[in-house]
Amino acid sequence: MNSPRATVSKILTYSIVDGPGNRLVIFLQGCNFDCTACHNPHTIGECNHCGDCVPACHADALSLVDGRIVFNPLTCDQCDDCLAACPIDANPMVRDYSVADILELARKHLPFLTGITVSGGEPTKQLKFVVALFEAIKLDDELAGLDCFIDSNGYLGATGWESLLPFTDGVMLDIKSFDDDLHRELAGKGHGKSLQSARLLHEAGKLYELRFLLVPGVTDSDEELDGLIDFVRTLGGEVRVKLNAFQHHGVRPEALAWEKMSREGVERAAERLREAGISNVATPAVYL
Amino acid sequence: MQETVRKLRSITNDATLSPAQKARYLSLEAENMLPYPALDAETQKALDERVICDMYEGHAPYKPRYVLPDYSVLMRNGSEYLELPVPESLDEAINTLMIAYHHVPSVTGMPVYIGQLDELLLPFCEGVSDDTLYEKIRLFWRYLDRTLPDAFMHANIGPTDNRVARTILRVDAELRQIAPNLTLLYDSQLSGDDLLAMAGRNIAECCKPHIANHAVHADAFDERGYGIVSCYNVLPVAGGASTLTRVNLKEVARRSGGEREFFEHTLPYFLELNFRLTQARIDYLFDESGFFDSFLVKEGWIDRQRFTAMYGVFAMAEAVNELQDKAGREGRYGFDEEANALGHRISEALAEAVRTRPLDKVWRGHALLHSQAGLSDDVEATPGVRIPYGTEPDPVTHVQALAPHHQYYDAGISEILTVDEGVTNNPEALVQLCKGAFASGFREFTVNVASNDLVRVTGYMVRLSDIRKFNDQQGSRTNTTVLGAEAAEVTGILDRKPRVVGNELSPGYRQ
Repeated sequence: MNSPRATVSKILTYSIVDGPGNRLVIFLQGCNFDCTACHNPHTIGECNHCGDCVPACHADALSLVDGRIVFNPLTCDQCDDCLAACPIDANPMVRDYSVADILELARKHLPFLTGITVSGGEPTKQLKFVVALFEAIKLDDELAGLDCFIDSNGYLGATGWESLLPFTDGVMLDIKSFDDDLHRELAGKGHGKSLQSARLLHEAGKLYELRFLLVPGVTDSDEELDGLIDFVRTLGGEVRVKLNAFQHHGVRPEALAWEKMSREGVERAAERLREAGISNVATPAVYL
Repeated sequence: MQETVRKLRSITNDATLSPAQKARYLSLEAENMLPYPALDAETQKALDERVICDMYEGHAPYKPRYVLPDYSVLMRNGSEYLELPVPESLDEAINTLMIAYHHVPSVTGMPVYIGQLDELLLPFCEGVSDDTLYEKIRLFWRYLDRTLPDAFMHANIGPTDNRVARTILRVDAELRQIAPNLTLLYDSQLSGDDLLAMAGRNIAECCKPHIANHAVHADAFDERGYGIVSCYNVLPVAGGASTLTRVNLKEVARRSGGEREFFEHTLPYFLELNFRLTQARIDYLFDESGFFDSFLVKEGWIDRQRFTAMYGVFAMAEAVNELQDKAGREGRYGFDEEANALGHRISEALAEAVRTRPLDKVWRGHALLHSQAGLSDDVEATPGVRIPYGTEPDPVTHVQALAPHHQYYDAGISEILTVDEGVTNNPEALVQLCKGAFASGFREFTVNVASNDLVRVTGYMVRLSDIRKFNDQQGSRTNTTVLGAEAAEVTGILDRKPRVVGNELSPGYRQ
């Protein structure tokens, strides 16, 4: 049987914002949503080898060989001009990794790691790889102490979650809007599957955090916040809610039309949630 | 003479200094009017060119640089000289310490070591409620900051998890004072995860405590123990360090033709000159100053046999890059494996030289190597073996690049890791980083959380708001603000992110 491989946009061996403790974060390329507010839009698309990025690269790190993009990381100076040149929000600098590659990396950094997080893009788009990776970690004597987290948009169906959950310790799940039409407008798809995933994960005790992005004048309305409150109530029990603040860093030009979310605005929303009985509300430590 | 008078006058008339601060600067000027301990011509030349450096400790060393009294002797016996009976209650114990501190000299005139506080106070805590203990520690802490306002003053707690250590951590996070500085001795076998987690939350709150790798330090010292003082100096308890001298590795590298000459000739030559400088200063302290006739020795707080010589080095980064340039190699210190390995070889050579060169009137007969964290007027010379400011990689890469140095620096080495303020939502990350650093061989774990008002400038803390106030000519209650302000101006350390430089001793009053 072929061991699954992953298309990886980026790997961090130090991250303090992708789950508890310090984490190894694997950003997998490709997303099934297309969010206006996405703060790393170059992880959405998958390269179709059109070659538009090749002339944009001043370091000669990109070439087209037999109709396929070849990336040379040794000459790349990370100017990211190729990302700007890509017409489909893909990333020609993606690398191909096996499960064994990631395990080796985790082993090398083990004393520094609380756990591992797969993010994206939407990591569950590369479900087989994530299952294989998490299973391998849990079965490895040395690495089994690492907890395995997923940062997801929740578009994965129940069968997919069933294959993942035995090896998954927690999921951070993003809901873009509690209004289905607005969600469709913001993300390109409705919110039904995401809400369903949140319920399923909460029941399984694996919903580490429900995330909600506050965009001024778009998702910070009373109706949205009440939608969030009602949803958390229907889940029952304690749910950690993380409010994120929309920022301009990294977003696509069309998102710049929206204002940045202020600390005051986030605190106001957090207060509304707390007054409604949601005790575990986290807010950003940093506003850019 | 005109010049001297003008300088003294500018001190007495400086409206930003308190009378006590003026008295200190005046005394430094007076000491430096005396002739320097006799040096041979080569050593003098190297000192004048600042290839070697005496940290501007003064021309007539009449007190050791760092004194670490064994306060348990005082707790057990009281003090005849100070007319203090043996303390019997928590109030009496704290009061006895508060008095003792004013009789412990150091290079700054303030005590740099105020003891292993949990061990000292625990025996008096039986029957004392948590609320009472908290209130007494809170007042003790306020007293320390207000009467001994020097961030080099250092308290130690741990490695056991106990009520006093926890109360001190709680109070320290609440008050967010500059003084005292605080180190938790951590030992995975003795301390437990809960205490470390509490320390992690404190660091996120106020950048304190430092965490020391107790197992490694304990192994390097003896049964009487060690203390962490000032900026991460590790020294024998009931003793200390007579002096701290240092070698500017960048200047040594500049004076060599290449790597081979550096290792075979230039480095050994300047190391020898710095040994001579060290011995001359120690001779004066022991043979001429009369310091060891003090009641501190007679009553057994300190033992003249237990004073080491701290042998400091700095500007490792610049030295390695200089040698890389001379060899035509591009790799930079901190980022390139070959450059890092060259640095590790230099540390190994330094440790060997320090261990094998006998010194007289020094604990164990030889100096202890120390990665020296800089003076506030160092320019283009990175403290110790650190990676230059503003270019540091992420904390994990940072630790991995520097960890192999740590085995060589018995008298202390510190890297200050800058972590963004996102960590205030996730202090577990600090705990994990600490565990990773210790597993990699780090002796000391220190973090600056960016955007915190309380920020470390080398080993001491300053408040950014104090620096702004000082620069606006309003003066500062704490001595270290002056250093921080100078370091900030000279080295631009605050330009990019909260960072480290400077040191301990201000070289004197600045013009």
